[in-house]
Amino acid sequence: MRVGTPKEIFEGENRVAMTPESALQLQKLGHECVIETKAGAAAGFSDKNYKDAGVEVVKTAAALWKTADVVTKVRQPEAIELKRLRDGQTLISFFNPGANEAGMEAARDKGATVIAMEMVPRISRAQKMDALSSMANIAGYRAVIEAGNNFGRFFTGQVTAAGKVPPAKVLVVGAGVAGLAAIGTATSLGAITYAFDVRPEVAEQVESMGAEFVFLDFEEDQADGATTGGYAAVSSPEFREAQLAKFRELAPEIDIVITTALIPNREAPELWTEDMVKSMKSGSVIVDLAAEKGGNCKLTVMDKKIVTDNGVTIVGYTDFPSRMAAQASTLYSNNIRHMLFDLTPEKDGVIVHNMEDDVIRGATVTHAKEITFPPPPPKIQAIAAKKPAPPPPTAEEIKATEMEAFKAATKQQTTLLVGGGLLILLVGAYAPASFMSHFIVFALSCFVGFQVIWGVSHALHTPLMAITNAISGIVIVGALLQVGSGNWLVVTLAVISVLIATINIVGGFLVTRRMLAMFQRS
Amino acid sequence: MSLGIVSAAYIAASVLFILALGGLSNQEKAKRAIWFGIVGMAIAAIATIFGPGVANYWLLIPAIAVGSYVGLEVARRVEMTDMPQLVAALHSFVGLAAVFIGLNAELELAAVQAVLASGGDGHEFAGFAAKLAHKNAVEISILKVEVFLGIFIGAVTFTGSIVAFGKLAGKISGTPTKLPGGHMLNAGALVISLILGLMYFNGAGVWTMVAVIIVAGFIGWHLIMGIGGADMPVVVSMLNSYSGWAAAAIGFTLGNDLLIVVGALVGSSGAILSYIMCKAMNRQFVSVILGGFGGPSGPQMEVEGEQIAIDADGVAAALDDADSVIIVPGYGMAVAQAQQSVSELIQRLRAKGKNVRFGIHPVAGRLPGHMNVLLAEAKVPYDIVLEMDEINDDFPDTDVVMIIGSNDIVNPAAQDDPNSPIAGMPVLEVWKAKQVFVSKRGQGTGYSGIENPLFYKENTRMFYGDAKDSINELLKRIS
Repeated sequence: MRVGTPKEIFEGENRVAMTPESALQLQKLGHECVIETKAGAAAGFSDKNYKDAGVEVVKTAAALWKTADVVTKVRQPEAIELKRLRDGQTLISFFNPGANEAGMEAARDKGATVIAMEMVPRISRAQKMDALSSMANIAGYRAVIEAGNNFGRFFTGQVTAAGKVPPAKVLVVGAGVAGLAAIGTATSLGAITYAFDVRPEVAEQVESMGAEFVFLDFEEDQADGATTGGYAAVSSPEFREAQLAKFRELAPEIDIVITTALIPNREAPELWTEDMVKSMKSGSVIVDLAAEKGGNCKLTVMDKKIVTDNGVTIVGYTDFPSRMAAQASTLYSNNIRHMLFDLTPEKDGVIVHNMEDDVIRGATVTHAKEITFPPPPPKIQAIAAKKPAPPPPTAEEIKATEMEAFKAATKQQTTLLVGGGLLILLVGAYAPASFMSHFIVFALSCFVGFQVIWGVSHALHTPLMAITNAISGIVIVGALLQVGSGNWLVVTLAVISVLIATINIVGGFLVTRRMLAMFQRS
Repeated sequence: MSLGIVSAAYIAASVLFILALGGLSNQEKAKRAIWFGIVGMAIAAIATIFGPGVANYWLLIPAIAVGSYVGLEVARRVEMTDMPQLVAALHSFVGLAAVFIGLNAELELAAVQAVLASGGDGHEFAGFAAKLAHKNAVEISILKVEVFLGIFIGAVTFTGSIVAFGKLAGKISGTPTKLPGGHMLNAGALVISLILGLMYFNGAGVWTMVAVIIVAGFIGWHLIMGIGGADMPVVVSMLNSYSGWAAAAIGFTLGNDLLIVVGALVGSSGAILSYIMCKAMNRQFVSVILGGFGGPSGPQMEVEGEQIAIDADGVAAALDDADSVIIVPGYGMAVAQAQQSVSELIQRLRAKGKNVRFGIHPVAGRLPGHMNVLLAEAKVPYDIVLEMDEINDDFPDTDVVMIIGSNDIVNPAAQDDPNSPIAGMPVLEVWKAKQVFVSKRGQGTGYSGIENPLFYKENTRMFYGDAKDSINELLKRIS
């Protein structure tokens, strides 16, 4: 198949869906690669680079759309591009199918198959093609860099000859992929980083990145992230209030706020209110990664950087990945390549569009003249459902169970003692005194044995066996007592017994000693 | 030496033996405790040899000398990986000695009774025979029961230990094999033994005891033949226990308290070990002895995903990046003799400041505590070798878990799948770590024949190959 990539026509878009690197990999799958001239120029890939990687360069977009069987793109296709689609052609791109009814209809009417990269299901196997995550990662990183660019001070605290510099305090709201990337970048620049998320289960991830999780003093059954495919859901008004109160408390001391809170298919929730902005210090920076969906701060202006009256800079750019076009193109083209890898199971350059496959089915929005959006839920749950934890037992319940266990143990011990006592009584009633005196010794020894052996360390069980082996060679005493007999057969058997019991004693003790000597402390 | 001094010596020996066993509660105390045991044994043996009623020194001294020499050589030569075989072999000696001593008691008894019956008063007897001559009718009956028990347990221990030795040494196939008839055969043999015992009790003569030796020997052989390789920890502890009970039975026969004390100590020690091993496998003692895992009690969960292999470079890189590493060794490490390489590996990792520890499951290996001894031999410090209960909570904070030749003891199905044959068995929760590497020869299942879902987990990578070769490959890449 011929895999082609046109130049992005969206204003200011620098990314490209194919890099020379990814083209080489695609050729290994048996595909031919074509690219529109200058498609990679803005991301730093020249036509020569592509030619060196064996990619055919065509002059115009129209020619490219005509020759390619599979078109890979970054941005959602525009009307002119949709018009160029033809029957049997496959388009792999961001498509925004949730709000692009017209686009899907156009593609269906043309008979083209469209794979929307944002629809790749969030399951482990599909992580390698999860373009939303790879772009969010870049956005999170770039958000911190943009913030630093507009922030007049160091991130890290320093004590210099010229004076002391306090470290910057960064608050990241929303610990998704972008949030975590932002946390990682901010902490590695040396800032004191706080993070908040409505899903308390991400606290561990936040802490693993070196930030402090901001816990709310709030009792409520949180929506389990597993049921929403790992994305956040809308929270209750009470929860929102508690959250805003916490932010209000933090706002005056925070230097940089990065908000990344998005709920799928909804307007971004307002988390950083006007009064919080007002209470921030002059020179502080807010980077609103949710600007495209209205912003987590209502003062945010999409695609603009503004400065408020009290000197707080609010960055509302939406093109962070495009601002790092080389990096973003590399990652995105890899996502595309992995998608094509799954579409080319035989590595022979033949696309097999397997609608039984969870990942391919999930991402396909039009296929065989039909709109296949929204997809059915994937067969595999993205995140294993949390098992309902049993309610913590109350103090009384604990007491009751303890009492019960105590009673059961008492009962068991009493039964054992009474039973054992009766048994011994029974023996005592019939056996002669000479036997009973030995029997007492036996019973007590068993008891001592049980008490002592429970204390033996698990690590020393092998030496324990070896030493019990050695001391069970004590049967030598029995053989010794018999060796003085007048019967030659008895003497022979006794001597053999002495011999093997000695092997046991000497061998057992020495091997135990050898083992114990090996146990060394570090 | 008078009888009083001998008894005093026996008391001292008993106390020393108890101290020796109690001293095994930790590694440092244990090094002293072993001397308690040696001194106790020396006191007991010397007191008996020079006590009343012992003769034929010209036979005794060579027997002890030869025995000591053989014991010395065995102890010096044995490889630590061969420890299970050695323990089993030594058990068989105790069993055989018990059989002989029991038989002797019967022979002496017959001789004494013959003399008494012909009108003698037993003056001419010395030592053990003299003691027999003074027994009344009830005491003689009890003695016969004790002789029967001593011989029966001794014979079962003897043949059972020999089979266990053969299986552990690889001289007999480790797969469970039974004669047609299975456990009914054992039950039948037990009934025959009891009948023989009753006949003996009613004066049928020494041939009944010889028959008991043969029948009991068959039970021991057949019972252990029916038990598979991985259940050996239970078997060896059980035989350990039996050898103790045999010694105790002999003690009763001879009226010797020291033998009774030691026999009871060893017997209870083995019993506790068997109990701990069964508990660690969440199995009933009886079901282990009867052999084989039970079938699944319902449809087992299907394993989803695929086993993903990784090469030495990948493992080495992950180990290099990790801060905390836990190694979970199993019988496979012992088979491949990989403990030295593992030790070398952890020394290098520790030198880089990583937190490296070992997690040991109670039934890892073929003998209780087997892994601890192998690691100690390879100079792994014991304070980083932890028990399952000590380390299980640490897995979620661990970067890399390396599994070397273990399978069922890290099987998550034990917790997740109520229908799994090993459901409820305590396991090491390795899958909670960030990354798990499994060093394994191939894709086969473990002893229990159960699929291990761990191998299909997303954070698990399979590092195929012989354990020793694999670790040596890692050593080339980690300096």
